[in-house]
Amino acid sequence: MQPLAKLLEAALFAASRPLTLEELASLDPTAGEQAVRAALAALRSAYTEDHGVELTEIAEGWQFLTRREYAETIERAQFALRPRRLSPAALETLAIIAYRQPVGRLEVDEIRGVDSGAVMDKLVERGLIEVVTRGEGLGRPLLYGSTPGFLEILGLKDLEDLPRLEELSVALRRPTPVDEPE
Amino acid sequence: MMTGPIIRDQAAFVVELEKFSGPLDLLLHLIKEDEVDITDLPIAKIADQFLSVIQDLGLNQAADYLEMAARLLRIKAQMLLPRRLGDDEWEDPRAELVRRLLEYQQIRELVDWLGHAADVRAERFGRGYEAPPPDAPPAPLQIDLNDLLAAAERVIALIPEPMLHRVVPRPLDVEGATAKINALIAEREQFGWSDIVGRGATIVDVLSAFIALLELAKRSSVTLSQPEPFGPMVITRATPREAA
Repeated sequence: MQPLAKLLEAALFAASRPLTLEELASLDPTAGEQAVRAALAALRSAYTEDHGVELTEIAEGWQFLTRREYAETIERAQFALRPRRLSPAALETLAIIAYRQPVGRLEVDEIRGVDSGAVMDKLVERGLIEVVTRGEGLGRPLLYGSTPGFLEILGLKDLEDLPRLEELSVALRRPTPVDEPE
Repeated sequence: MMTGPIIRDQAAFVVELEKFSGPLDLLLHLIKEDEVDITDLPIAKIADQFLSVIQDLGLNQAADYLEMAARLLRIKAQMLLPRRLGDDEWEDPRAELVRRLLEYQQIRELVDWLGHAADVRAERFGRGYEAPPPDAPPAPLQIDLNDLLAAAERVIALIPEPMLHRVVPRPLDVEGATAKINALIAEREQFGWSDIVGRGATIVDVLSAFIALLELAKRSSVTLSQPEPFGPMVITRATPREAA
């Protein structure tokens, strides 16, 4: 393996969070971004099925993660624990915020049909959403958006990884669909 | 004995309600169960089912559900209003609800997707969790003594000259003023304020004299009077009988 790839491997092994391309590139200022990309690709293909861990693109960065098939065994031995699952209410709120960001609490409440203040406070606490700006409307409401932590717990590379709304089986139709023959 | 069933009812309510994450979720559940077309909602039927479900669940704790129930009933009533055939102006009262339901259905589909993604991610462990590091510590300072002294001088130069006020205790001399007034009483039967405090009196003198005078009046050693408004105060020696 190239020296640069080995350097990246060491850094990714040492870090306990995803490292971004810029962070990895800062390890060796003489190497260009292109070389770092190439080294990452080489590293990823080096960690093939022969290894228990794989190099994953996640949360706008790179991280070594264990392969899925070992999850149960590792967890049974209590070497690592799965994070607690998010409640349906939390996932609903996250979905709305991820797709509508920046979005205020009122809009989330309206789409869900229930008060979402407590859920949103919890999500802020867990670092999955954050206040990104203030709205123009009355009282300049706080508007929320998703954080890198959101991408991390879902294993997403970036927001582009989310399914496109057109791909969903229920596409948002016109507000007057009643006359359309089904 | 009577409380048993009530508690059980409440517990059942909580569990049941948590099956649905809101009134829209419950509505979607009913629509799916009945296999009806969401865009052509049989509103009367759905409204009745909705009402009976939330009645079973217990109404008093579910404001969001009540609001939806009211909305459904209003739409049901609007649907009953007669309308002319071929009336293009007619707006389907269900349209807004259908739009919200479709939107919510989409969110539910995303929830399934996100939930699955989170489950898959949870099966892959990264390196042990560590609290996110605080912002990188500043690089060690490279500075010699002269730089430090120069910096200290710059800082000291910025400190404004402190404003100091010397606070001197100036206790009131009530005893002295009392003695002065007593001397005047001994001398004259009647005198004025200006006899007690002269022209150059300080505020401390005035206050001392005033308190002494009030104290003497209280003890009935003198009587105070003012013949006319804003006129000078007249101080009169009390008669021995009054003083007693």
